[in-house]
Amino acid sequence: MSIKNNKSKRSIDGTITNIFHYKNHSPLSRPLLGNEVPAGFPSPAQDYIEENLDLNEYLIAHPSATYFVKVEGYSMIDAGIYPEDILIVDRAVEPSHKKIVIAIVDGELTVKRLYNKSGKWFLTPENPEFEPLEITRDINFHIWGVVIYSIHKMR
Amino acid sequence: MAKNTVALVDCNSFYASCEKVFNPHLANKPVGILSNNDGIIVALSDELKQLGISRGNAAFKIDKRLIREHGIKLFSSNYTLYGDMSARVMNTLSMFTPDLEIYSIDEAFLSLTGFEHLNLTDYGRQIKRTVRQHTGLPVSVGIGSTKTLAKIASRFAKKHNFAEGVFDISDHPDKDKILRWVEVEHIWGVGRQYAKMLRRNGITNAYELTQVPDNWLQKKMTIVGLRLVKELRGISCVDLEMDIKPKKEIVSSKSFGSTVTELQDLLEATSDYCSVAVKKLRSENQVASLIIVFLSTNRFKNEPQYANYAKARLPLPSGYTPDFIRAANRILKKIYRPGYKYKKVGVMLADIVHQSKAPLDFFQPTYLDDHRKIIMDCMDDINEKMGSHRIAYASAGIKKPWQMRRKNLTPSYTTSWEHIPVVKAI
Repeated sequence: MSIKNNKSKRSIDGTITNIFHYKNHSPLSRPLLGNEVPAGFPSPAQDYIEENLDLNEYLIAHPSATYFVKVEGYSMIDAGIYPEDILIVDRAVEPSHKKIVIAIVDGELTVKRLYNKSGKWFLTPENPEFEPLEITRDINFHIWGVVIYSIHKMR
Repeated sequence: MAKNTVALVDCNSFYASCEKVFNPHLANKPVGILSNNDGIIVALSDELKQLGISRGNAAFKIDKRLIREHGIKLFSSNYTLYGDMSARVMNTLSMFTPDLEIYSIDEAFLSLTGFEHLNLTDYGRQIKRTVRQHTGLPVSVGIGSTKTLAKIASRFAKKHNFAEGVFDISDHPDKDKILRWVEVEHIWGVGRQYAKMLRRNGITNAYELTQVPDNWLQKKMTIVGLRLVKELRGISCVDLEMDIKPKKEIVSSKSFGSTVTELQDLLEATSDYCSVAVKKLRSENQVASLIIVFLSTNRFKNEPQYANYAKARLPLPSGYTPDFIRAANRILKKIYRPGYKYKKVGVMLADIVHQSKAPLDFFQPTYLDDHRKIIMDCMDDINEKMGSHRIAYASAGIKKPWQMRRKNLTPSYTTSWEHIPVVKAI
């Protein structure tokens, strides 16, 4: 599994930085270093074990605002987003120029890069075979959330 | 006396709004949520209300033409989704206050005492905006010096467009005018009987109620009523309840999807409900020693009627599901009468105590210190990690033909990998 960070360098993060108490169940945590040996000489490393690595902690900043969605279609492959990939969507992050977003266009959830060009906003695909869509007044459009990671299974 | 400030945050048309978050086609469409077995409408969006439909309407009675013309969508209740979205809302709200009382699945009281230096209406707007952004759900925010006033403010915020979903009653120059707008039936804590009694005595709205002398109130509505009126007058009498009280009883019961006549089906359903109830018991670190089983026919149908219940006491409090299934099956065999069409069976656990307070026994091991607890903990662990019905009781049946109908159930968008929403990259 590879984890890609789609965060744009220039963008500013959301305004919400704190979420108090959240109980994190992480069934997939792995120990950082070796464990205690059952018998005999204790591992010299055991004093150095600090904690398990927790993917949730690494990937999810705002648990209550984070959702997972599955991708269908090829229009974002140059951004490293392929069919069947699972996207991590953080709704607490403010959408801005160059962020990859989940948008609602005419009642459908779609993934595209949000782009601002001389005052006009576009939903741009990352595949030359697809056309960008200018966001005009007569399009029923909302931003649903901002994509922060893509989970891609190696095949 | 120190000034209190409380906000009530209330999700608008919560169940219908949850469905709309994951199904954007439904925006601005009339949406209704059906009860267990898809019988009646239990929740509905504003758009559906405007078509003259209200809570409690039978789904089959809605005009088919109306459904077609307005694109009305009716869904089975998806409690997995609503529960998860509720937790997200509550978590988001906890950013805004150290003291939060979760009042129901879609409402919470937030203590804003000490926040008065802020513009509280602005703070309310910020709460509303943040919940909307993080969860996609619309909420109303009512602010007042007591919980009862916050409730009224929230109702006002919902009913008046100019408030844009946020209203601080303390900030209003003419509080009495707002209270006059609230009819007695709509005051939090005034039941139908009290409302009738008040109207008989010429009291029609919240303002008039605040003008009634205390001794009359206490005589007619007990101390509870007096407390309520004091709250209306701005004197805080009902504190926020931050701790979740342990349950005194646990009930698990559902109506069947179709009528059930055979004992075997009833035994399966009872075993199934037992396992749900006892799992809940364990999740709160409790044990129980009394089990009650009840069953009934459909009293709305013109058929031979029968209803009965019986109870059994375990020798010692337990959290071991098979102890309860065995007892429940024994009870059921005793109260079952052949020849009836049953609509419902249920189990109730009572005499519940915390595990640490369970009595010990000189002659036999208690649930806590023998293999039964180890087995249960192990089973709960496996089911938590691998899916809630990975290990289940054979006595609860496999096919479960008696199970309730949920024909229009939407996916568990947020709690199951197979059900997460699909986004189009086309």
